[in-house]
Amino acid sequence: MINSKPTIKSTLTAFLYLSPMLLIVGLFELYPILRSLLMSFWIKYNFYTGAVTKRGFDNFIYIFKDPIFQKSVLNTFIFVLIVVPLTILIALLIALGLSKIKFLQGFFRTIYFLPFVTSTVAISMVWSWIYNGNYGFLNWFLSLFGIHPIQWLSSPKYALISLAIMAIWQGLGFNIMLFLVAINNVDPRYYKVAKLDGASSFQTFLHITVPLISPMTLLISINAIISSFKVFDSIFALFGGRPGPASSVNTIVFYLYQKFYQQNQYGVAAASGVILFFIILIITLFQMWFSKKHVYYTSGINNK
Amino acid sequence: MKKNQSSSKIQQKIKVWFLYLFLIIGAFTMLFPFFWMISTSLKNQYEAIKIPPIIWPKQLQFSNWAEAWNAAPFIRYFINSVSVAFITTTAQIITAILAAFAFSKMIFYGKNFIFLILLGTMMVPFEMVLVPNFVTLSNLGMIDTYWALIVPWMANFFAVYTMRQAFAGIPDQLYYAAKVDGASDWQYLWKVLVPNSRSSITAIALIQVIASWNSFMWPLIVTNSTNLRTLPVGLQAFKSDAGVQYPELMAASTFVILPVAILYFVFNKYIVDGFTDTGIKG
Repeated sequence: MINSKPTIKSTLTAFLYLSPMLLIVGLFELYPILRSLLMSFWIKYNFYTGAVTKRGFDNFIYIFKDPIFQKSVLNTFIFVLIVVPLTILIALLIALGLSKIKFLQGFFRTIYFLPFVTSTVAISMVWSWIYNGNYGFLNWFLSLFGIHPIQWLSSPKYALISLAIMAIWQGLGFNIMLFLVAINNVDPRYYKVAKLDGASSFQTFLHITVPLISPMTLLISINAIISSFKVFDSIFALFGGRPGPASSVNTIVFYLYQKFYQQNQYGVAAASGVILFFIILIITLFQMWFSKKHVYYTSGINNK
Repeated sequence: MKKNQSSSKIQQKIKVWFLYLFLIIGAFTMLFPFFWMISTSLKNQYEAIKIPPIIWPKQLQFSNWAEAWNAAPFIRYFINSVSVAFITTTAQIITAILAAFAFSKMIFYGKNFIFLILLGTMMVPFEMVLVPNFVTLSNLGMIDTYWALIVPWMANFFAVYTMRQAFAGIPDQLYYAAKVDGASDWQYLWKVLVPNSRSSITAIALIQVIASWNSFMWPLIVTNSTNLRTLPVGLQAFKSDAGVQYPELMAASTFVILPVAILYFVFNKYIVDGFTDTGIKG
């Protein structure tokens, strides 16, 4: 520290250093958080002058009664329920495999992580080509196993599944890396003791690895849940700016986009943003509560 | 006993082979869409839609790349993407360095309070502030200008947080030594703290460049003019144009993916570790 006590002078100096960041974050983070809470109650207004003539809960009532919103919430939850467990399971298996090898480990890590840094819009173009019902690679590949062509993107039955497969593919690398960090942090002495006790490798995995990496598993699930709740770019790119056939991939954020950008219902859009925020808030609070109660912490292993 | 040992050795070997087989299949799945993108972009129209598919075309049609590049102002999109990524990243690093200096090395009134509030904003989804930010920018007359693409991203609390961690790890003895040498606080920041935090700065820079390059929703909403489009928005518009063929669309997708892929292969370790740290702390 360059001073030992807070003084008027040190406070002024500090704020001088903070000011560029505070200006931007204040104007585009703090202020809009408050403003969107207020805006969600605006019913009659002029956005450009900021004049509001009527306030109330109408936007929220409208949203909760709107069958499109109900469908988009349902779709979002189904999407999360498909993507998150599968991502965790596959990422854990691959991370476990990677932790057991030395040769080519870096090579595999590099490849698995590549989709994560790739533009979602651009790779969605590629997936829409792979998913193509008539000429797509996937249908040809499945036909080798006698599976009839599937209209991946144009059938309401498969659209959400197609979206989920791509999302899992893209997010896998990131979660593998997080699991690897946790697995490498497990004290090797535990494994030695388990071996002395004659535990099989599956028993070791179940009774040592799984509990010791549980803080990371929780963190990964929360990360994955939150990012799945916000899915947008891939929907837009895979389905050409529309929420899929028969709104089958309409999600909360896509609903917000439509209300805001296509229908100019700013109040309704702000209200759906507020709902999204509260969903995420509840998940985060649940994470804190759950990790206090059920997650196995040990000193030195990610006990944050 | 001896026989037993050698059979368990063979078992061990088989296990390792299966493990590698499993990992190779996984790697293949990860790489396939990229391979298919490049392969399709080099096929002619007939080869592209042939069933069973042609894995790699005999004659490479590089003309698809030229045609796609000229079919839309991709050069303009490219320049826009590079400029926005460069300016926002530079600004983010400067604002983060200044703010992190105050948070890591100074004691002042309200420090913990401000820090906690800013930490709380990290939890707020960007989608929630989308509508009010649009209104703010339109009040400032910035919608459909470069300002809209740049100004909101000139500071980011996550960058501040990472820089603060880096600065906090530098012992204060260096400060006293700098003071003895007659350095001012400003010089101490730029000549001691910053050079000693190069790896954190690199990680923040790479993450922001990639995030800016790939960002889609924000530029989609705040720009209308063709000449303000960034690459992802331009690519999306290119696809909606009637009559685009898959080989050209795949060539155009390659334009968007290739620069970041190259960056990724060069700075692989920084990028993976940077994102992983973000995941753990953020």
